[in-house]
Amino acid sequence: MAQFRLPPNSRIRKGRHFAAPEGAGNVRRFVIYRYDPDSGENPRMDTYDVNMDGCGPMVLDVLIKIKNEIDPTLTFRRSCREGICGSCAMNIDGGNTLACTKAADSISGDVSIYPLPHMSVVKDLVPDLTNFYAQYASIRPWLQARTPPPPDRERLQSKEEQELIDEPAACILCACCSTSCPSYWWNSDRYLGPAALLAAYRWLVDSRDEAKGERLDELEDPFRLYRCHTIMNCTNTCPKGLNPARAIAETKKMLLERRH
Amino acid sequence: MSLRSPLGKVLGSGSAKEGADHWWAQRLTAIALVLLGGWFLLALMQIGDFGYEAVRNWIGRPVTSILLLLLSATLAYHSLLGVQVVIEDYVHGPLKIVSLVLSKFAHAAVAATAAFAVLKIAFGIA
Repeated sequence: MAQFRLPPNSRIRKGRHFAAPEGAGNVRRFVIYRYDPDSGENPRMDTYDVNMDGCGPMVLDVLIKIKNEIDPTLTFRRSCREGICGSCAMNIDGGNTLACTKAADSISGDVSIYPLPHMSVVKDLVPDLTNFYAQYASIRPWLQARTPPPPDRERLQSKEEQELIDEPAACILCACCSTSCPSYWWNSDRYLGPAALLAAYRWLVDSRDEAKGERLDELEDPFRLYRCHTIMNCTNTCPKGLNPARAIAETKKMLLERRH
Repeated sequence: MSLRSPLGKVLGSGSAKEGADHWWAQRLTAIALVLLGGWFLLALMQIGDFGYEAVRNWIGRPVTSILLLLLSATLAYHSLLGVQVVIEDYVHGPLKIVSLVLSKFAHAAVAATAAFAVLKIAFGIA
């Protein structure tokens, strides 16, 4: 049955406070989720007062400043710092987004930062994405065709055909969408989630792919696809401005069209 | 503790090859309910006299009886589909199948009772 309280070892406690240095003018407060599995302690919220003078504008800049200058134990993923790798996805000010493209200025008041919701936490802001990646692998995210490729060139697409995959292929698999979806929270063991379904759609509309039928067969399932109840959190939160909800709706339409 | 691979867990028992009919039926019954429900509300507003005999006579009219039968059947089916989704969303473990069966029985009972009531009045069996 539904569980309404966090298990005792997951309940969040008040943490430490790191005050700003004397004479810091432009101070902002960041309240950050901390969890260290090796300590055996419950998660806690640590408060960092950060001098924004001499700090970059993005939330990721702040996290890096905290790690370099205030508390080296703070753990988070980051790589490209320009919104193309998807590593620094986290819950900032109540919404899932990329720390590197979220300006601290766009948030009013204290900034709260949590790991992506409803995932197992490896440490601090690092969630376990094993199941998320396995779901992506399960949709066979590669070209499947029986027609052999032309011997002297690549498989061709028209401009219009290419434009169909432009948007869904821009997904960076940051997991912001899937972890914002209540249906994914309750049933991520069987529901593929918006990110994997957007990836599946990218291959369904690829003019070079010849496995559309098999792909639709694999998706037609009360849990894999139809746990989507059009809540639209995915589209609302996507830091790349993509529309997984529309891709899922189009997939449902394809399934309907092939039986009428 | 399981050492099964993450992909193995996701692939699980495979696709049920089912769900499109359920999804389509939910939408079709929703459209039907807008029409039937609209008729029902309009008809109630025009009844005027809510006395026992007047309402009985109204239900006994062939058009009213047929539309009421359609309304109760569609309503029960739509509710069955919706409650099924709610149970599948939130109930896990052995209670799930029990709740699904109980919901089916309850909806069948409600639909049969409604149909019986309308038919009894329509055919005037005391």
